[in-house]
Amino acid sequence: MDENPALTPETAHMPKREKLVIIGNGMAPGRMLEVLLDLAPEKYDIAIFNAEPRVNYDRILLSPVLSGEKSFEEIIIHGDGWYIDHGITLYKGHKVVEIDRAAKLVRSEHGAVEAYDRLVIATGSLPIIIPVPGATRPGVLTYRDLDDVTAMLLASKSRGDAVVIGGGLLGLEATAGLAEQGMKVTVVHLMPTLMERQLDASAGHLLAKALERRGITVLTGANTKEIMGGTHVTGVRLEDGREIPASLVVMAVGIRPNIALAKQAGIETHRGIIVDEQLRTSDPAIFALGECAEFGGATFGLVAPLYEMAKVLAATLADREAAFAPAATATKLKVTGINLFSAGDFADAPGREEIVLRDAARDVYRRLVLEDDRLVGTVMYGEVSDGVWFFDLIKSGAPVGAMRETLIFGEAYASGAPLDPMAAVAALPDEAEICGCNGVCKGKITAAITSKGLTDLDGVRAHTKASASCGSCTGLVEKLLQLTLGETYLPGKPAGICPCTDLGHGDVRRLIIARELKTIPDVMQALQWKSSGGCAKCRPALNYYLLATWPGEYKDDAQSRFINERVHANIQKDGTYSVVPRMWGGMTSANELRAIADVVDKFAIPAVKVTGGQRIDLLGVRKDDLPAVWRDLNRAGLVSGHAYGKALRTVKTCVGTDWCRFGTQDSTGLGIRLEKFLWGSWTPAKVKLAVSGCPRNCAEATCKDVGVICIDSGYEIHFAGAAGLDIKGTEVLGHAKTEDEALEIIAGLIQLYREQGYYLERIYKWAKRVGTDTIRQLIMEDRERRQALLARFIHAQKFSQTDPWAERAMGAEAHEFSPLADLSRLEAAQ
Amino acid sequence: MSVDMIDIGRVDDVPLRGARLVQTAMGPLAIFRAEDGALYAVDDRCPHKLGPLSQGIVHGHHVTCPLHNLVIDLRSGEALGPEGGCVKTYPIEARAGRILLDVSALRRRGAA
Ligand code: SRM
Ligand SMILES: Cc1cc2nc3c(=O)[nH]c(=O)nc-3n(C[C@H](O)[C@H](O)[C@H](O)COP(=O)(O)OP(=O)(O)OC[C@H]3O[C@@H](n4cnc5c(N)ncnc54)[C@H](O)[C@@H]3O)c2cc1C
Ligand code: SF4
Ligand code: FES
Repeated sequence: MDENPALTPETAHMPKREKLVIIGNGMAPGRMLEVLLDLAPEKYDIAIFNAEPRVNYDRILLSPVLSGEKSFEEIIIHGDGWYIDHGITLYKGHKVVEIDRAAKLVRSEHGAVEAYDRLVIATGSLPIIIPVPGATRPGVLTYRDLDDVTAMLLASKSRGDAVVIGGGLLGLEATAGLAEQGMKVTVVHLMPTLMERQLDASAGHLLAKALERRGITVLTGANTKEIMGGTHVTGVRLEDGREIPASLVVMAVGIRPNIALAKQAGIETHRGIIVDEQLRTSDPAIFALGECAEFGGATFGLVAPLYEMAKVLAATLADREAAFAPAATATKLKVTGINLFSAGDFADAPGREEIVLRDAARDVYRRLVLEDDRLVGTVMYGEVSDGVWFFDLIKSGAPVGAMRETLIFGEAYASGAPLDPMAAVAALPDEAEICGCNGVCKGKITAAITSKGLTDLDGVRAHTKASASCGSCTGLVEKLLQLTLGETYLPGKPAGICPCTDLGHGDVRRLIIARELKTIPDVMQALQWKSSGGCAKCRPALNYYLLATWPGEYKDDAQSRFINERVHANIQKDGTYSVVPRMWGGMTSANELRAIADVVDKFAIPAVKVTGGQRIDLLGVRKDDLPAVWRDLNRAGLVSGHAYGKALRTVKTCVGTDWCRFGTQDSTGLGIRLEKFLWGSWTPAKVKLAVSGCPRNCAEATCKDVGVICIDSGYEIHFAGAAGLDIKGTEVLGHAKTEDEALEIIAGLIQLYREQGYYLERIYKWAKRVGTDTIRQLIMEDRERRQALLARFIHAQKFSQTDPWAERAMGAEAHEFSPLADLSRLEAAQ
Repeated sequence: MSVDMIDIGRVDDVPLRGARLVQTAMGPLAIFRAEDGALYAVDDRCPHKLGPLSQGIVHGHHVTCPLHNLVIDLRSGEALGPEGGCVKTYPIEARAGRILLDVSALRRRGAA
């Protein structure tokens, strides 16, 4: 770069600048330069040597590049333009091979030489290669830089087998990424549980299960003995003799500070390059920064402390006072769909207490470790949104006694008088760091929102990088958006169910289970409902959640149901009702039709219509007549069709092998079987099924909540279709060989939906929210879980398969169907 | 103004957070019993499109109309929300477990 700003006319008269040389262009020096250029833009001429042939990029986002979620361009921190703008000379692909301390010079392997007044060594770390036979065979990779990712992506094209050695953060991110690329991956981990440095055994176990559900094999307590193969790897042999075939082996067993260059120059080193509080090495003109530095006997492998070092070094280089003091760190595994967070120190020790929350049904695990009334560590799996808050409590060391009881439920429920998180964020000073990964402070975010006219999270991410890395500060960034934009900001996170509460559906469902809330008044009390009796929106939702969570135990609250579900008929615009009897799989008979005809005559029912759901609707029935109409219909075997319920509606079928020349299976029979198995169950929203006998699909199965297409080899099961307000074709859930298997899959799916769906959320919307892949994995790839779901469904059905019409024809809920008093004659007489 | 309270039934016959109907020559009346036991009598006709309010969900001292979700304050008969509207209310009280309704007000409704 010949445009040395020191020589341009404007600056020529200024005192000669000092020369700052940096070895290594990773994340730590990148951050240091940003701060330094702010503090003292004119002080130095800067040159950087980087062994990697590229600009500074966000190393922690290599995993999203590996999994295909991001491109390299998206993770660049400083593009070429940035170096030019700041007059910095960047030697790309120049590895420094010598520091001449006497002459104050450095030299690269290609012979470039720079003299320095001050030198920064920021050479990062080197991946550890375990010295087993075969470790250097082609096909064995490490995971550290973009070249490693490129090599892995290339290898994954084969879609073959891969072994990742090391079940820590890096190893698991590599594992998930390779699996995402279509490889069959086995993780080999020496310790008994995964990520043992960040997670306790319980969370490690949940993590292993989640990975296994993705088809990944997890071997813990497994020691690698040899990497097999000839000119290329063919597999890994373990100590116990097992052999795992692999065309790619990734070693991710740890890192070692890269100190060779410093050592060779005679600078004092231990595990890392020893530095003082100002990051100065044993040579006062030389500093060390980042993973290669060792302070107080510790080295650091996460960006947050390295960024802290960067700030201190920038201040030191700008001749200001600053001192490095390492703080607690937090870890998050960046694998989409797996939520995991840990912070602080969570080891068992005398004098420590722990609080644990588990929700086995939904794989939620939380552990808090307290010492002297202060939070010192946390491990969270599943639901991690409170991680930032816990981490703040750890860092601040504030006493938590007052909110101990509810601490585990997180910020929203922690104190009797709910602390206002908004006010807390508003009170933060502008310098408060919001995004730890990217070191973005509050002032920078609010300034970007105002000056760039940003209106949403994506905008803030694009302009400031806040919340763009590990995402754990997303909640804070959203609060800043809300504070800065006021009413106009519509957050993307789930809003409260209704004005009676700020809690979203997910929170409420979770808390009903966690706190064993069993009545609507209990829920309202415990979760601090803001209205006394709820409203027409939250009460039906709560009634459903309680019913679905505590089958057989919870007593249905009729007054919290919409009128249709209360009286088991559909209200019409004139206050009359419609009656739709079940016609199993759309089949009917002369006897049923005769009963319907008789009822129509007897009660002078004004309209009879064939519905779009393959059954018959009697419209305009007077409410008082309903029990008598049902009694007559019951006599012919006709029961409620639940056309009014958030429940199983119709199962449409086609004629199938019984009659059709193309039929491959008994679609009518399967439809009837499904309907008889599923009827009566309450669901978050209505559920409609269809079974078609062949791919001609006459029952329109591919736009239903659940659809089955019969084929020669069995049953193709579809789900998440829509054909009402939205139109959407179904997704394939999986294949079943037998009717029994189809039934098990479908009932499992419906139970999962019953447990996870938000009230009024149809299956296609639920699937969109939680991910069709996730659902597919849970149902199709985890037989054990599916059978557990099936068992819970069968249990719940015990309490719901009674015909509500028969009960009412026998006199139940009689008050619904008769007036309290008739004053018409009395009035007329007067 | 004359008052003519007549007994129309037992308080317990109206479900808590629910309603019952009373037929009158001028059309149905909805008798509501709020969560706290308060009784209300209003015309069973929503100001919006005549929906039967007695079939709605009762919450606090309000009912949500079953047809299009208008919320009525039972104490005043006023509809909440920008569209507004109002339904007529009648004097009603509980005494010794029985419900007393002022039928003179009903007659005045007929006359009005
Ligand atoms: C009777 C029927 C129309 C007909 O004459 O054919 C009908 C009638 C009503 N539908 Fe429907 N739907 C009927 C088939 C359908 C179908 C077709 C189907 O099931 O194959 C659909 C599209 C598929 C679907 O479910 O998405 C359909 C999509 C809807 C929707 C839109 C739902 C959505 O989330 O997109 C509503 C509105 C709602 O549920 O909130 C609705 C709501 C209604 C309501 C309940 C409106 C209401 O709240 O009063 C109507 C009640 C009439 C009554 O009293 O019986 N109806 N409705 C059909 C009854 C089928 C049955 O035998 O039970
Ligand atoms: C896949 C992956 C995921 C990660 N995820 C997270 C995470 O989620 N959270 C977190 O906090 N941390 C994470 N980390 C760790 C984090 O990326 C590192 O702590 C951080 O990048 C270290 O910064 P650094 O500047 O010290 O070193 P580096 O970023 O490693 O930079 C060192 C640079 O120096 C160059 N170099 C070395 N020797 C020489 C030489 N002699 N001459 C010239 N150049 C040289 C190297 O080529 C390299 O480019 C992750 C790391 C990886 C690899
Ligand atoms: S489409 Fe459905 S909801 Fe609409 S008018 Fe027809 S029956 Fe009613
Ligand atoms: S009739 Fe009551 S809201 Fe429409």
